[in-house]
Parts: sequence; structure tokens; C-alpha cells
Amino acid sequence: MPAIRRQFRLQWEDAQNCFVLLYPEGMVKLNDSAGEILSRCDGHSNVGAIVEELARRFPEAENIEADIHEFLADAYDRGWFEEKGWCEEKGRCEHD
Amino acid sequence: MTDSRPPLWLLAELTYRCPLQCPYCSNPLDMAGIDAELDTESWCRVMAEARRLGAAQLGFSGGEPLLRPDLETLVAEGRRLGYYTNLITSAVGMNSARVAALREAGLDHIQISFQASSAELNNALAGSDKAFAQKCAMAAEVKRQGYPMVLNFVIHRHNIDQLAQMLELATALQADYVELANAQFYGWALHNREQLLPSRAQLQRAEATARAYREKLGKKMQIIFVVPDYYEKRPKACMNGWGSIFLTIAPDGTALPCHSAAVLPIDFPNVKQHSIEYIWQHSPGFNHFRGNQWMREPCRSCPEQAQDFGGCRCQAYLLTGEAANADPVCDKSPHHRQIVDIIAASQSGQSCRHDLLLRNMRNSRALLRGRPGS
Ligand code: SF4
Ligand code: SF4
Repeated sequence: MPAIRRQFRLQWEDAQNCFVLLYPEGMVKLNDSAGEILSRCDGHSNVGAIVEELARRFPEAENIEADIHEFLADAYDRGWFEEKGWCEEKGRCEHD
Repeated sequence: MTDSRPPLWLLAELTYRCPLQCPYCSNPLDMAGIDAELDTESWCRVMAEARRLGAAQLGFSGGEPLLRPDLETLVAEGRRLGYYTNLITSAVGMNSARVAALREAGLDHIQISFQASSAELNNALAGSDKAFAQKCAMAAEVKRQGYPMVLNFVIHRHNIDQLAQMLELATALQADYVELANAQFYGWALHNREQLLPSRAQLQRAEATARAYREKLGKKMQIIFVVPDYYEKRPKACMNGWGSIFLTIAPDGTALPCHSAAVLPIDFPNVKQHSIEYIWQHSPGFNHFRGNQWMREPCRSCPEQAQDFGGCRCQAYLLTGEAANADPVCDKSPHHRQIVDIIAASQSGQSCRHDLLLRNMRNSRALLRGRPGS
């Protein structure tokens, strides 16, 4: 179950009108879909549940499952997630 | 011209006082002439106003921020306002109770600076016998208490050959990030430049070492290596553009677009007289070098101006006497020759650590006295 790494903090910013990911001396602005996905990576929901919930919320989105997996793999590569129990293998994302 | 983009970074330089004496310190040479520090209430107002504009990262630095007894109060207020709070410290003056109190206050991250990887060299550069042991003990404590930790080594010709040992030390102390940042030549570092600039051979060896460790350690520890810009052909995109994301407040309340900008012949606003909103959006100081209307040739007609904004205004001023010139690091600058000559002079490897002027109030006062008209 993906969980954002402890040194990172996900936060909604009114001034930016988006979610941002804050970490030591840095910050990434997230686009809407990245914000929607990451705000569900709380260590309590598995990838399947995240996909299901977002598919329900955004029924018009095509390929949502593939997009989420791609985003998670990329986020993992950037070191945004706790290592344990999650995406042991670089670029792959099939653990729940 | 006004700017509606918000500042993202607020750097609170709480004090110029510091128990250490690093000869590359970026604080101003004339810091002894600046004494009145903002009080707790003023800092709280500054944090609240900058947060309202959109700032999300908050750094407490100095000098040594631990010398402020109200540091915990300020951290707690910063965290309450929703900032990600960073403490940038030498670790001198830290103890486990204070690490815990800061954690309690909501501090998100601690960056500890080291001068070198051995006690002997570290302490000689810091001008303190006990600094190294203290730093090692506190780095372990910071990790024990669960903080993310950045270790920062300022690199120069006297310690660059020990890069591997620095990385070993950082690994042993379980740093999450390690910054190996070559000295940038402002403040005390500019004064000591001849003794600090590494040779090209030193730099190449160091880059290879950093690369090898990066491969070996992968995601376990991030290694950030910053080359001295003198060795580049293009200047750094300084501060991501003037008045674009950074807001620094000096200990006396002067608001600056970067921590070196006080050297410029510009009248910068002070938070004692103005709101952060006025300072950021309307003050002449912050609008001075926004956009590209101020540029001269070769920047004015240069296709690369959107990438580097003409480089660093402070460096242009310090080395060419005119802040609107291209940063002379750029090889299109008519002043680039200066940089070439400085680099050529630094290849010999002759320079003695004992010629470094240490950063302290006594030396600052002497410099103030020696400078006519000030
Ligand atoms: S660089 Fe050294 S002298 Fe300057 S503030 Fe930091 S610890 Fe103190
Ligand atoms: S001429 Fe100016 S804008 Fe062009 S690359 Fe050099 S510093 Fe940058």
C-alpha cells in the first residue's frame, strides 16, 4: 500500500490552487490528477482501491488504471514513497 | 511593474551571531555594523504575511539560529501557519532536549553543516575545538528523534580531496540528503576566494567520486553536488529569477531577493516599515531586476535570457561594478576574462589554509574600520 515518505508532506495550497509536495528545502507543484492520486496514498489504501475510487469519481476518464500505475511507478522512482512493501522493483507497480 | 506570482520561499535569517568562523560564510563582511535583531512578534507577523501571499517553505538560518531563545516559538508559529519548516544550523548549541522541543514545536527538517570529514580540519576551518564531535553527536540525535536530515558540506580547495570521506561520514550518520556545495563567492568567501577556489583537476576528481557514490547508494541517500559557477560557461539561473520565488529577511528586518543582495547599491525595504505584500509586489527594490527591461547587451538580445535571466546580479556587481551587466561567468560577457584569469591562477595549488580570514565580529569590525567612508 503506497504511503508518502515521512519526510514529505502533501498539502493543499490556496495561493497555488493545487496540491504541493513539500520536502527538505524543496517543493513540487502537482497537477490535478497527481494531487488526486497522491492524496489517497496514505498507507491504508491499496492500489486497487485507489483505482476503484478514482474511476468512480471520474467516470469520463479513459485508461485511468494504466495512468495511475504509470504515475505511481514514476513517483516511486522519484523517491516519494516509503520503500517497504511497495514497488520493490524499479518501474514496476503491481503490488497491492 | 508588479508581480502577482507568490513567493514560495521565506528565509528567516534570525541573527548574524554565530559561534563558528567559517571563512566562506555568505553573511556580509560588514555584519558587525548591523546589530538590532527583529523581535519575536515581528518575525511572527512576517511569517503570517508571507504565508498569506503563498510562501510554503520556511527556512530558519543565520548566523546560528539556535542562539535565538525564541526559536521554538517561531518554529511552532511557522508550523501552525502551514509552512514546511527547515532549520539550517551548525549544531553548535544543540542538545537532545532542544532537538525534542523543536520536534514538539513541529519542526519538519534539520540541516546540519559540516566543515570537513575529520575533526582536525573541521575544527580548524570552523575556528572551534569542539565543533566536530558536537556535530557528529547531534546528527545522530537528530536521526534518533526521527527527523529527515540533510548534511551540508561547503567544498573548497582545502577539503575537496576528502569528498569520499565526507560521503562515508554522511552514510554512517544516516543522512537522507547530502549537499556538497562548492563555495559561492559572496561575503567572506569572496574575500577568501584565492584560497578557496579548487583547481580543475581537484574538481574533476570530486565529480567522479560523487558520481561513483551516487551509483552505489541509489535512493538511500541523495547526493547533491554543486560545482563552483566559475568553472561554467553559462551563469546559474540565480534565485530562479529576481523576485520570482525567494524572499529573504535579514536579522534587522531588511527584505532581500536573495541573501547576498545587501551588497547591491539598492535601497531595500524593511519589514519594520512595510508589509510583506507591499515589499513583494510593489517595492522598487523587488521590482528592480524583474522581467528583462533592465538588461544590457549581451543579455538584451540573447536567446538564452529566459534560461538564466542573465545570471546573478550580485556577482555582476561585485566583479564588474555594474549590477545590470551580464554575470561575468557567462563567456559572452566582455568581463569573462576576469574569471578565466582567476581560474588560471588557481591551478597552481599554492595557497595556504592559514591565509584564510576567519569570519567573526572582530574581523568584520576591522574591515569596517579599514574601509574609507563607512
Ligand atoms: S557558514 Fe559558518 S560562520 Fe557562517 S553562519 Fe554558518 S556556521 Fe556560522
Ligand atoms: S548573455 Fe546574458 S542572457 Fe545570454 S547566456 Fe550570457 S548571461 Fe545568459
